[in-house]
Amino acid sequence: MKSTRFDYLLLLAGMLALWQLVHWAVGPDVLSSPWATIRRAGELVATRAFWDHAAATATAFGIAGVISILAGIALGLWLGLRRFAGDVADPILGTLYSIPKITLYPIILLLFGLGVSAKIAFGVIHGVFPIAIFTMSAVRNVAPVYHRTARVLRLSPAATALTIMAPAALPEMLAGIRVGVALTLLGVLIGELFASTSGLGFALIRAMDTHAVADIMAITLLLFVFAASVNALLGFVERRARHGG
Amino acid sequence: MRWRPHITEAGIARAVVILLAFVALEVLCRVGIINRVTMIPPSEMVASLWSILITGRYNEDILFTLFNVIAAALIAIVGGFFVGAALHGLPRLRRPLVPLLSAWYAIPTFVFYPLLIVAFGVGRTALIVMGALFGVVAMIVNTTLGLDHVPPAVAKTSAILRLGSLRRLMLIRLPSAAPHLVTGIKLAVAYSVIGIVAGEFILATQGVGKRIAFSYDNFDNRTMYGMLLLLLVAVMAVNGALSGWEKRLHRRFGAR
Repeated sequence: MKSTRFDYLLLLAGMLALWQLVHWAVGPDVLSSPWATIRRAGELVATRAFWDHAAATATAFGIAGVISILAGIALGLWLGLRRFAGDVADPILGTLYSIPKITLYPIILLLFGLGVSAKIAFGVIHGVFPIAIFTMSAVRNVAPVYHRTARVLRLSPAATALTIMAPAALPEMLAGIRVGVALTLLGVLIGELFASTSGLGFALIRAMDTHAVADIMAITLLLFVFAASVNALLGFVERRARHGG
Repeated sequence: MRWRPHITEAGIARAVVILLAFVALEVLCRVGIINRVTMIPPSEMVASLWSILITGRYNEDILFTLFNVIAAALIAIVGGFFVGAALHGLPRLRRPLVPLLSAWYAIPTFVFYPLLIVAFGVGRTALIVMGALFGVVAMIVNTTLGLDHVPPAVAKTSAILRLGSLRRLMLIRLPSAAPHLVTGIKLAVAYSVIGIVAGEFILATQGVGKRIAFSYDNFDNRTMYGMLLLLLVAVMAVNGALSGWEKRLHRRFGAR
């Protein structure tokens, strides 16, 4: 345990040193130094405007996340329980998951206009497919012996779903949700970069336009910390479900 | 066992579903429920794509993007493989690095693109570096995962047979890792495309993304949808081919 923590610190120090070296090599016009970036991030966090943008992003991310999870699970459950529908849909979902959705931004803009609905739509098209795919495969992979046990115990369909299917499928579903939520955040940020007038993505594109290197780096650093924290939290929940179930 | 396409009921149903979706879209566009400013009917998208290919008027853009994607994907695949293999050999470095790597795709990496433009100027290099940066992490992660996947029995067998390290690499390690490596290749290609097209959207002198953004700004929906269709069809074709390869390897080596 202690040595792991030491390794983390070592890695962190190594990355900061590398960052500083690159900064010296390419100059402050390309990469601001770690210290300047962290200081700028500290300044940003103290401003009202930053929190307004963060709130706008959080709102869109929250709504898009809920829609992605609910729609993804509903779709995944339905396709997982009906084998034929699942066979039909599987490759279609895989293709939709793999197409670079950033290329669809003109279509989303034309459909939803500039604003919060375009951001949410962008988040949902990124997040819903992995959740549906993981859920479908989770439901399909439940061992047949569980189904037979449920029949032997004469459980009602509701009890089967609740006490057998849900715990058995949960870890893989949570893995899908972790992937889907991360991609939802990416989608919302992309939506803000290309199609918005508020949010951290918008703050980024403005910093890009004015070439405020320290701002770009600081916002990206804050976003990275946030994304990594959400990822770690969901990973923790997933591991608990895997071992506790 | 040779893989060959076979027609299944699900396959037929799938074709019908996709066809119906296109017909529905066509009807919605033709009737005017979806207006022409938003979307042109799919048949016109195909016609536009056809005329783009026949006249060759955007060949330069297409070749520009194609070259960049190939270069970026190659860098990402080769670089990612070696970095991944090195990380696999250094578990102490790998353990703290994994959470960072898995959060990599949750931030829009192309926010660094403007910085790359300052470093390399507007043009090929910035785009290729962008695409490679975006793709390389998927290859690193999948290489480390793949190298984990040598079944213990196989490892023991290779020890019993006293294979040399080169033969062990060629006969044991790489084949065991192959399914994951192909997954990595597939993702690296997909992410390279995203990085490059996103870069072209933001700022570029030419390229497919630039052409799409330009026609969007000028309300030239025919060109925009034609080029979008070209991009999507190309990506799906490459992805489909790599997925097929991946599936065959998974079946053959039974690793998941």
